[in-house]
Amino acid sequence: MAQTKRSMLIDPLVDNNPITLQVLGICSALAVTSSLQVSFVMAIAVTFVTAFSSMFISMLRNHIPGAIRIIVQMVIIASLVILVDQVLKAYAYEISKTLSVFVGLIITNCIVMGRAEAFAMKNPPVASFIDGIGNGLGYGLILMLVGFIRELFGSGSLFGLTVLPTINNGGWYLPNGMLLLPPSAFFIIGLLIWAFRTWKPEQVEEREYKIQTVEAH
Amino acid sequence: MGLRNFFDRIEPHFVKGGRYEKLFPVYEMVESFIYTPKTVTTAAPHARSYVDMKRIMTYVVIATIPCILVGLYNVGFQVNSAIAVHGASGWRAFIIEALGIGFDPANPFANFVHGALYFLPIYITTLVVGGIWEVIFATVRGHEVNEGFLVTSMLYALILPPSAPLWQVALGISFGVVIGKEVFGGTGKNFLNPALTGRAFLYFAYPAQMSGDTIWTPVDGFSGATALSIGASDGYQQLAAHGVTWMDAFLGFIQGSIGETSTLACLIGLAFLLLTKIANWRLVVGCLIGMIGFSSLLNLIGSDSNPMFAMPWYWHLVVGGYAFGLAFMVTEPVSASHTNLGRYIYGALIGFMVVMIRVINPAFPEGMMLAILFGNVFAPLIDYFVVQANIKRRAKRNA
Repeated sequence: MAQTKRSMLIDPLVDNNPITLQVLGICSALAVTSSLQVSFVMAIAVTFVTAFSSMFISMLRNHIPGAIRIIVQMVIIASLVILVDQVLKAYAYEISKTLSVFVGLIITNCIVMGRAEAFAMKNPPVASFIDGIGNGLGYGLILMLVGFIRELFGSGSLFGLTVLPTINNGGWYLPNGMLLLPPSAFFIIGLLIWAFRTWKPEQVEEREYKIQTVEAH
Repeated sequence: MGLRNFFDRIEPHFVKGGRYEKLFPVYEMVESFIYTPKTVTTAAPHARSYVDMKRIMTYVVIATIPCILVGLYNVGFQVNSAIAVHGASGWRAFIIEALGIGFDPANPFANFVHGALYFLPIYITTLVVGGIWEVIFATVRGHEVNEGFLVTSMLYALILPPSAPLWQVALGISFGVVIGKEVFGGTGKNFLNPALTGRAFLYFAYPAQMSGDTIWTPVDGFSGATALSIGASDGYQQLAAHGVTWMDAFLGFIQGSIGETSTLACLIGLAFLLLTKIANWRLVVGCLIGMIGFSSLLNLIGSDSNPMFAMPWYWHLVVGGYAFGLAFMVTEPVSASHTNLGRYIYGALIGFMVVMIRVINPAFPEGMMLAILFGNVFAPLIDYFVVQANIKRRAKRNA
């Protein structure tokens, strides 16, 4: 095993982050990050699904025929997502309503399928489980960062608690309405990718073409 | 030539190896603003032209002068007229009283001064904040600061409402310069118009300060709808009842953003740009055809519930930001299409979209900003198809 268990857990946070490096799972990152609480629940749900689906798929990996492996993976992921959805509906109904369709759409989250295909099909269960947790946390980290910026500057609060009292409530802060719209997450994720790649220049991709300079003759 | 000598004397400090080599972009900016840039191409092909980027940008700034003048007058006129009813307050009123100029809306000089007291803070904020971003990026990335920023900041200041809070002005220009231009590589590589990008950011971030009835004339207690929102709620036939004749709208004595109310001033600027061949006439023709064609079609279709369907093209031309966008933003060479056929299509797309948004989308009374940004995004695609069609045609001919 080339990777230690520690690096499996830590790498996806920054060095191999599913959102900022692999650019997966963007759709839900745009949709659910308008408040920190919802981002948090979503992060936990995705971490749970990724970890357990990776583990179960890894347990079955030697018995799954290659031709139908996607269907088998989908069945496992879908069962776990239904489990999460039911738990949320039972114990956190309000948040479940805010998340609405996006809990169900964890099935289509590229991170879950991606880890199942790329890692769990080739590695033993414990390693897959840790890899799933790591990637879920990497996704969650970005979700929380985006949610932090959007909720703080969009509504002036964090986890629903007022930090910057808004003008409507008698304070001084004028909330930035654009941060409540999903497109703002595009800008924030883009700026985060910029920051990450400035911090870790090895993440910068090769240029597809070079601007040629012609020497004087 | 004292100034030239001065530049020559201090230049060694700024070139590579000098004491302030990191500040070379700042030196270069000031020097090339005053003198012709010294850099020339070193390898073929050489094209000789009097119209370099510096001249293009300077001409666009010159072309906005009529809009600035009418804008200053109109902002002052609207404010002074409102003050006659609602009374004056704030530091601007204090300055004007201290100078003894007064608030008479019939006195053009008083109007100019009062308008300038609204326009200059916005413009200076734009220059300072946007300039700081430009210099930061120029220093880090090693490219020059050029006159393009003067155009961006002037256009940006002219499309803001006079009441815009200065911190929002600063935030908007930061967004426009950084996200609209610098992340793509700076002047000449921006596929969106930076001024409009900044304006669009403010429009979605702080809708209460960027749209509505109370922001166009910044006097407490005053409320005046723009011609477009009157047209949207009551129909254009009612505009005269609200004191807006077609001639008022054409000359620019209506509610609106600082520089965009006067269609006449915009057309003078456009004529100057067309005459100096900085604006491409195909873009203008395309945009007019798109707007006139689609609004006439909507006139024919008609609607019982939506009075905007009936607004004829000559009203669409004079209300809102259409004329300003047509003159200074549709014609911007970088973000427009680059093929001749593409220019017609690009212009027509914007003309069509602006009527579409104004008439059919009830959420946005004005559509020029969104239509131009929409066109910007499509410009490379249009070019691609035009070039591909040309390649196919020639391949067939030579087959």
